[in-house]
Amino acid sequence: MRLTFRVNGRQQQADDVWEGESLLYVLRERLGLPGSKNACEQGECGSCTVRLDGLLVCSCLVAAGQAQGRDVVTVEGLASQAKKRADGRSGGADGRTGKAGTDLQPLSPIQQAFIDAGAVQCGFCTPGMLVAADELLERNASPTDADIREALSGNLCRCTGYQTILAAVRLAAARGTADTAGTADTAGTGG
Amino acid sequence: MGTQMRGTAAPGRTPTSLSRRSRTKGGIGESTLRPDGTLKVIGEFAYSSDLWHEDMLWGFTLRSPHPHARITSIDISKALAQAGVHAVLTHDDLPTAHTQYGLEYTDTPVLADGVVRHHGEPVALVAADHPETARRAAAKIKVDYEPLPVVHDEASALADDAPILHPNRDDHHAGHVPHPNIVHRQPIIRGNAAEAAKRADVIVTGEYEVGMQDQAFLGPESGLAVPAEDGGIDLYIATQWLHSDLRQIAPVLGLPEEKVRMTLSGVGGAFGGREDLSMQIHACLLALRTGKPVKIVYNRFESFFGHVHRHPAKLWYEHGATKDGKITHMKCRIVLDGGAYASSSPAVVGNASSLSVGPYVVDDVEIEALALYTNNPPCGAMRGFGAVQACFAYESQMDKLAEKLGMDPVEFRQKNAMSQGAIMPTGQIVDSPAPVAELLRLIKAMPLPPEKQWETARGAADVRALPGGLSNTTHGEGVVRGVGYAVGIKNVGFSEGFDDYSTARVQLQVIGGEPVATVHTAMAEVGQGGITVNAQIARTELGVTQVVIHPADTQVGSAGSTSASRQTYMTGGAVKNACEAIREKVLETGRRKFGTYHPAWATAELLLEDGKVVTDSDEPLADLVDVLGDEVIDIELQWRHRPTEAFDPVTGQGFGHVQYSFAAHRAVVEVDTELGLVKVIELACAQDVGKALNPLSVKGQIHGATVQGLGLAVMEEIIVAKDAKVCNPSFTDYLIPTILDTPAIPVEVLELADEHAPYGLRGIGEAPTLSSTPAVVAAIRAATGLPLVRVPVRPEHITGT
Repeated sequence: MRLTFRVNGRQQQADDVWEGESLLYVLRERLGLPGSKNACEQGECGSCTVRLDGLLVCSCLVAAGQAQGRDVVTVEGLASQAKKRADGRSGGADGRTGKAGTDLQPLSPIQQAFIDAGAVQCGFCTPGMLVAADELLERNASPTDADIREALSGNLCRCTGYQTILAAVRLAAARGTADTAGTADTAGTGG
Repeated sequence: MGTQMRGTAAPGRTPTSLSRRSRTKGGIGESTLRPDGTLKVIGEFAYSSDLWHEDMLWGFTLRSPHPHARITSIDISKALAQAGVHAVLTHDDLPTAHTQYGLEYTDTPVLADGVVRHHGEPVALVAADHPETARRAAAKIKVDYEPLPVVHDEASALADDAPILHPNRDDHHAGHVPHPNIVHRQPIIRGNAAEAAKRADVIVTGEYEVGMQDQAFLGPESGLAVPAEDGGIDLYIATQWLHSDLRQIAPVLGLPEEKVRMTLSGVGGAFGGREDLSMQIHACLLALRTGKPVKIVYNRFESFFGHVHRHPAKLWYEHGATKDGKITHMKCRIVLDGGAYASSSPAVVGNASSLSVGPYVVDDVEIEALALYTNNPPCGAMRGFGAVQACFAYESQMDKLAEKLGMDPVEFRQKNAMSQGAIMPTGQIVDSPAPVAELLRLIKAMPLPPEKQWETARGAADVRALPGGLSNTTHGEGVVRGVGYAVGIKNVGFSEGFDDYSTARVQLQVIGGEPVATVHTAMAEVGQGGITVNAQIARTELGVTQVVIHPADTQVGSAGSTSASRQTYMTGGAVKNACEAIREKVLETGRRKFGTYHPAWATAELLLEDGKVVTDSDEPLADLVDVLGDEVIDIELQWRHRPTEAFDPVTGQGFGHVQYSFAAHRAVVEVDTELGLVKVIELACAQDVGKALNPLSVKGQIHGATVQGLGLAVMEEIIVAKDAKVCNPSFTDYLIPTILDTPAIPVEVLELADEHAPYGLRGIGEAPTLSSTPAVVAAIRAATGLPLVRVPVRPEHITGT
């Protein structure tokens, strides 16, 4: 079948998609966006987390056909997404994306915070963790530790013991929410 | 202050010891950030599962549904006939007579050779144009099995009529095992335990059990094999040791090693699970057969069958102590289940036996450790490597002894704690700091987390802070707090006389008007941050800020394994060593070019700092750029740690280990005693790291190891049924800690230098995974009063239901 949908703000088309393929497979193997990871293929680990029309989903559990005509954001689009939200608030232009829907933007605040806090070791959980953390900060600009734990409880990490991941989300929140939480009403909490 | 010179130093005035004055930015001791961090956060870091090649095929492995069976026939015709299938291979298709591989013994068939010895053993391979096509074709391969009796524990393995799993053993331990189903047995006898027992006022015994833990690295086994025009192969792979893979792969393919060119791809964690081969040879065989690139990516289900696990163990211990709290003696017997193939079982036995006393002074010991061949899944390396199982048992014994003596468990441990100069059961003297009592003091001195954190101002309980969490199983009723302590000892580096070395190639040249160092090693970066540290070492030693880390491959000499807490010590040591040789060359060139301009070139100790040659009193003599000119200094050198010795096969005596590493934990848990649910509230750790080359990475290792220990304590076990079949090969049924299961982990770090190691550092990655488990279990015991002799502790062990 032919599949047409938006990925990271760009219209994408995939041909000869077998009906049994997951959204994850199409993103990774047909659209050249391997950022989303496959670590369990049954929705337990969160490594494949993407946004589908804004909602967090495990893309390994979404049949590719379900994405037809919809809007997907992957880790490759996080920086543009953050920029877009920031520009949206200040009335600026859309973020540019590269040929394959890959960011040409500087890192988003949550991406930068993961690097700075040492939240990346092997990095395999990182893409899914980032998409989930970004979504959290979008709806809650200053989450408590309990909020962060709840939001990331569907994302397994085997390297870090989660301490630096918590620190990274706190850091991104503390650095200010202006670039991150564009769609939520965050007046008074931005930096 | 002058810099100490070593006897073997090259001529002149190059300090070879600690470059402690280095001001070059990004050197050792700084928490510099990962060079691969940006690629990893934007999703562009290429893991082995992300690789793609024009015209690429997908490989798939058909595995045995039986734990022990004879294969009477294999019919591949239907699979071959399926559209899209390019090749189907079985044992009969292997290109050479060399059809087995193995880390220590060559006992593992590449594809089953008439017999399968464990559930999930590879039987046949398929290459097809779509992964689903390959899977479906594999399902059409008809294999007839004739089930054989299963060996699943010590009794069935050592019975008189037990099937011998490997009848024609020719390994180096075959001659001194009491039964052919014993992979290796290591006794250690020191002093006279029976005699010493007479001095004991109390004696405690215990039987303990450790379940089979999985490494559960997040990036499943994967790689891409690309056939080359010269008949060789290029393999892009996630592994822990490129050259060990190479040594095992090349003979099976019938290729000389130089025609098997391996490059490390992005590795999604390892923890020991990538020391053994998985799909490496399979992908190469399919690629050579089809003439096309072949990618194999395991899914999680297959990953559980695709790598070895931590040895499950049964441990019998006896300790005695005097009334005043001194341990008199220890006897133990440790039986590890090695599963169907040897993997690294012999070395795990060596660790379990030699570290079975723990970090305590006990002069009279009688120790026996062994690993079995069974039809259970093969077991081998996992973080902690034999020391984890022993630590759970001896720390449980310490609490039992303290209780029997009416002593505080921490004070009792401190009274018996080893320190520098102590003698191991192997007779080896611990010749560097061993601050065991101090580590215990540090964790005990940390403030305890407040009680009843679920209580809120409004009166309603915040269930998120309670055992069971949002399942809303308790609002505090039946919840009891417990506190537990543990400490452990782990060896660092490869032991027992192994020729353990690493290789580094370092280049120094001027690029774009700046001095740039390039560091090339075959070290597997598996997430630990070795590349970060190697760059820091090069900056410190060469005084340059620009360091390029060359991708790891087999074009440079072996780095040894990323395991045994050894890479910062070994490959870090190799990089340091190569940089010292480069520095010597730089100074030679400098003396030649500029020596006549300043007497210090001949008389002072010279350093490289901030892109300059400077004297030990900080006087700059020349810019590196001017010294180097167009010259490229390029040096590749091997570097070894001090040699070790094999343990005596009868007495277990010998200088077996390079270095020891110590960590201690305090666990605070809250247990819903009615439902058996455990919430770990805090898991504090204190560790001596010798020297923290990158403090952020050090903490990251301690956090990660601690949580893996927590997983073993209360969650993680591969359940193998009595028929030797694996029951829970998925993340739905094999649970690893989530962020909700993980408590705060305060960390205290000591830096007591080991004079034998580069910069005084200590290998750190494993020690905290040892003591974490027994500390958590001790805390649950304190909360419940139950003996709890098995990990993981399950709710039914607490409720007795």
